[in-house]
Amino acid sequence: METNFAHHQSAHCENGVASNLLKHNGLNISEPMVFGIGSGLFFVYLPFLKVNYAPAISYRPMPGSIFNKLAKRLGLKIKRQKFSSEANAIKALDENLKNNIPSGLQVGVYNLTYFPDEYRFHFNAHNLVVYGKTETDYLISDPVMENVTTLTHAELNKVRFAKGAFAPRGQMYYPIQVPANVDLKGAIIKGIKNTCRDMLAPMPIIGVRGIRYVAKLIKKWPVKEGTKKANHYLAQIVRMQEEIGTGGGGFRFIYAAFLQEAAVILENDELQKLSLEMTTIGDLWRDFAVEASRVYKNRSTKVDVYNTLSDDLLVIADREEVFFKKLKKAIS
Amino acid sequence: MKKDEVPQDKGNLSNKNMKELVYATDEKGNYTTALSTGWEPKTIALSNSIEEISERIAIAKAQVENNEVSPICYYMEFCRMDIGVLSSYVGMWQWRVKRHFKPRVFARLSDSILEKYAESFNITIEELKNFKTN
Repeated sequence: METNFAHHQSAHCENGVASNLLKHNGLNISEPMVFGIGSGLFFVYLPFLKVNYAPAISYRPMPGSIFNKLAKRLGLKIKRQKFSSEANAIKALDENLKNNIPSGLQVGVYNLTYFPDEYRFHFNAHNLVVYGKTETDYLISDPVMENVTTLTHAELNKVRFAKGAFAPRGQMYYPIQVPANVDLKGAIIKGIKNTCRDMLAPMPIIGVRGIRYVAKLIKKWPVKEGTKKANHYLAQIVRMQEEIGTGGGGFRFIYAAFLQEAAVILENDELQKLSLEMTTIGDLWRDFAVEASRVYKNRSTKVDVYNTLSDDLLVIADREEVFFKKLKKAIS
Repeated sequence: MKKDEVPQDKGNLSNKNMKELVYATDEKGNYTTALSTGWEPKTIALSNSIEEISERIAIAKAQVENNEVSPICYYMEFCRMDIGVLSSYVGMWQWRVKRHFKPRVFARLSDSILEKYAESFNITIEELKNFKTN
């Protein structure tokens, strides 16, 4: 069985799945729009959570939150199911496919056989759509891939029941109700307000203050942890910022694309200007990644390079603080 | 990022003929999407992490050969896991998993427990019991 699902490649998996599923259900919404309305732009530093033996830094909110917020703001209904038994999870998915419903799944990356080996880590917040089933395989639309692909029945089962942090527990989701007319304007404004609130939050590890916190830590790492560990941590930051799924510059370019679309819908020229500014900030993040990669490539042991990197990051934090204050004003 | 500046470096993706999608601006400053084969700073960052893991695997291997830790520790590193991930795969407390790292404790483990580990590592019990260095 196969549903007539159209695959579109996207930068980030969760936006991509949301956008593709909604397009399938007759609501034409772009990836940046999903990202902006779902308040996908974020920054958080989680020192107590270790990923691959380095402190976790995330440029995105909790898995699932983008689609949930989007649904709430557009008045869509989404059904989410988790399963304690693998047999029930398989049954529910097959039932959906029989009823011609392509379904989104949260999966672990480690056993995704179509990914290059280097990308297979125990990361459990990846998303994809299953749109059909054959005797041996499931038909997969993974939004970060150029084309559709397949997984065997056993392989899909394995990725659905990957273990560790954010274990997906077979999680499956699909829209059950999509209204014909949605209030895009209101949803955009809510999404932007939410993002401004997150990024300007008075919490030391979140948003602009989180970026500053990390910037200050970069200065300390080589002294406290040694250059080897410091370089490993830096590499981790760059990976979180640039790896598949961010669209470059830690999601800043997707957000700029969203602001550009929003400017047209809200007929607000200020947003157009702010989109350009966000692009410049994204370029600064890219420059930061270039500088950081130079440090861990040359294995430079000077303490000074870490200070320079830290200062670069502080400049970005200042720019973003000004930016989000302006953005808040622009839509009020 | 401008569209004509989207990096097309060789990397881990281009080896597999994959491309990723990025957002960039065209000549008029309007946003559009473009495909990228890779970007050097990213490749370096990823290789750094892979090297780090290879080092950990090599250390674990040497330790198993010297009978300092059990093969469970080696396979954990080999599968890019840490204790938290492994304990959640086998459904046991972290302290219990840590205990199984001791060669003496490992030697006395029952087949049913070894089976859990073997399944998590995607290997057979025999491979786990008769550790070979390659």
